[in-house]
Amino acid sequence: MTAVDTVRHVIDKHGKLKADVANLAEDADLYAAGMTSNASVNVMLAVEDAFDIEFPDELLSKCTFTSIGSICSAVKGLLEAAA
Amino acid sequence: MHSTRAGTTMEHPGVLIGCDIHPVFNVVESLDIFGDRYLARVFTPAEQAACEGVAFAERLAARYAAKESILKLLKVPAEVAVPWTDIEIGAETSGAPTVSLTGRAAEIAATLGVSVIELTLSHDAGLAMAVAAAVVGVKVEALAA
Repeated sequence: MTAVDTVRHVIDKHGKLKADVANLAEDADLYAAGMTSNASVNVMLAVEDAFDIEFPDELLSKCTFTSIGSICSAVKGLLEAAA
Repeated sequence: MHSTRAGTTMEHPGVLIGCDIHPVFNVVESLDIFGDRYLARVFTPAEQAACEGVAFAERLAARYAAKESILKLLKVPAEVAVPWTDIEIGAETSGAPTVSLTGRAAEIAATLGVSVIELTLSHDAGLAMAVAAAVVGVKVEALAA
């Protein structure tokens, strides 16, 4: 499973979107697709579990969790920093 | 610059407000799934302690709504990171809620000229809500008008 697939799975489980995650573009706005603030917290915690990472305070912006692509980008950066 | 009705000017519209409504179930669900990790990322130790009791989830939901209402009041840009724990909801001895800001939230408030945020909370029928308000940037001549 790729990182994008993993993030899609997490969003499908915790994002509470009104749209089908499988058909969502990587740059599609998750908030516009129905993700609430609280759901974004759950997505963040589930992504941390999935990749064994922790989002530092400086990444806790709305932008970080705006799209599948932005989440994957943040995950990639954290994994590279930990390597 | 914005004109007042009296013809004087202010550096800012004068009042910032924010509101939020939050289902208690969302907090219950997050606690069930993520437990202490959810608590630690969203609520300060003092907030967690203050919410102890039979209405734990309702009180947490009200504080979550409060944090969101204050983020709206501060008009935090999407690219700016503000940890939820930068905003702490406390209480006076009367029970009235208080707001304490640290870190980036405090920096943004200072930039806007916000020194005190007034807050009201409520919860009922599975929903919690909060309204936050602050008076900012009023020049002396505007107050005297």
